[in-house]
Amino acid sequence: MAVQEVVRAGAHRAPAAARPGPRTWRRALTGWSFAAPFTALFLVFALLPVVASLLMSVTDMRSTDLRHPFAVTFVGLDNYTRLFADALFRRAAVNTAIFVVVGVPLTIVAALAAANALNSGLIRLRGLFRVGFYLPVVTSIVAIAVVWRFLLDPDAGLVNNLLAQVGLHGPAWLQDPHTSLGSIVVMATWRNFGSLMVIFLAALQGIPVDLYEAATLDGAGRWQQFRRVTLPLMRPALLFGAVITGIGYLQLFEEPLVMTQGGPLSSTLSVSYHIYNQFGFGNYGYASAAAYVLFIAIVALSALQFRLLGARDAD
Amino acid sequence: MLTRRDLLARFFLYFVLFAGLAVVVGPFLWMLLSSFKPESEIRSVPPSWWPSHWTMAHYHDLFSRLDFPRYFLNSAIVAVLVTAGNLLFCSLLGYALAKLNFPGRKALFLIVLGMLMVPGMVLFVPQFVLVSNLGLANSYAGLVLPFLAGPFGVFLMRQFLLSLPDDLIEAARVDGAGEWRIFWRIVLPLCRPALATLGILTFLASWNNFLWPLVVATTDDKYTLPVALALYSIGQNRIYFGLLLAGAVVVVLPVLIVFLVLQRQFLRGIATTGLK
Repeated sequence: MAVQEVVRAGAHRAPAAARPGPRTWRRALTGWSFAAPFTALFLVFALLPVVASLLMSVTDMRSTDLRHPFAVTFVGLDNYTRLFADALFRRAAVNTAIFVVVGVPLTIVAALAAANALNSGLIRLRGLFRVGFYLPVVTSIVAIAVVWRFLLDPDAGLVNNLLAQVGLHGPAWLQDPHTSLGSIVVMATWRNFGSLMVIFLAALQGIPVDLYEAATLDGAGRWQQFRRVTLPLMRPALLFGAVITGIGYLQLFEEPLVMTQGGPLSSTLSVSYHIYNQFGFGNYGYASAAAYVLFIAIVALSALQFRLLGARDAD
Repeated sequence: MLTRRDLLARFFLYFVLFAGLAVVVGPFLWMLLSSFKPESEIRSVPPSWWPSHWTMAHYHDLFSRLDFPRYFLNSAIVAVLVTAGNLLFCSLLGYALAKLNFPGRKALFLIVLGMLMVPGMVLFVPQFVLVSNLGLANSYAGLVLPFLAGPFGVFLMRQFLLSLPDDLIEAARVDGAGEWRIFWRIVLPLCRPALATLGILTFLASWNNFLWPLVVATTDDKYTLPVALALYSIGQNRIYFGLLLAGAVVVVLPVLIVFLVLQRQFLRGIATTGLK
């Protein structure tokens, strides 16, 4: 959504076709002198790596080739075929898919609930709640992990001790392969819903109040108003939230790294974590191929979400 | 007048919101309180909230047994450099994209924007090869350079500058002011709100950045706070729990203060750009 708007905004400011003359040259020189510092850094540290990564993915480059990146062998699509035959990569892909499919809706629902509650007009202390819910977003994941590993500790942890008070015996959340990925999903939702909440709040405040007044006059209850007025008008924000959360969650990495190191039994190994491990083993070509597969997945998921959520806008 | 239904709804909302707040903020409170407990009390079953004995021992150890002042300084140096670089480079390019007409402008903007979609892992391996080959591994330059020019900042600055009226710039041109003078004297001062937002967001992202410094900083004297905390909590030389909690507080506290003081600019920035 945002991207399209931006592109459109850029389009109708496009330079008028002019015959090249001294003024055009001067304009080009001025424009590029402003653009040059960023562009130079961007070329070296972003664009070059993107291309290099693609090239590396069709070679057998290893960490031992670090000093001579051009002395490697071309292997075609070998890395890609190996990747899909790699049981560990497939496991990582399944884990990541589960994380996205469960995590994205969960995060959106939590953010939507919080935003609507804060926007209902019945609530004071709105600033307190907003700041509180946003707190985990600005906090270092490493610090969060220190606390969460303790909260989820099977014996001394706060969670299991609270469960014990109502007579339940909590599992060893992070050490049990049945609950480890679920724990990571909950933790990621806890950490990220605040930023979506802020976006949703801004969208909610853009909905004209008289629409609700009209709906009330027509006898619509709160739930009906939410279904028939709020949700349809929030579709652009929801789509945007789903896309950026999806892009973020597909790259799941830091949470398992600091919480479980991908374990137990690879139950929390994600695609990004697998890439990181392969990088650690020195398999640069292989790691790059996996990174490109992730890239393609991100583009595909975004396109899919635009179709699913954006399609009805055309009606 | 509030109806009975409204009162009920209000009660329900407060209940849900306070429960949510307890779940979200509770862990932070527990972290802060427990960092003042003696080690034995932290690990007591069932866990306690309020310290029965207050102690500063963990904080003392952070600064005497471990080199936390060094890590703190490293984090600050890297974050300040990255923030300054982004403010400068992104506002320059953002201005060019929004207000100047030059060939290649549209293509440049699309390429920069497209980079927002590229996952970090695609860049990660070649960036490491590049930085190693430039001889910058384990140096401040290696920690800072890849983050100096972020596409997000360009996007934010361009969006803001588009809303600035052209007349102002035209008037200055008619008065004979040069392009650079116009930028420094007229445009940049007007960009203060956008610069504030970008500055806060970049500083926080850099302060919390974890993967890159984890790989690039290989000796103790170049560790940033998150790297040190991670290595001490999951690495070879684990340290005892109270020390970790105190370390986590030291990592979180500066960010928390910045956030609480500047939350207005901060949340407005998120809401308008939708990105963090």
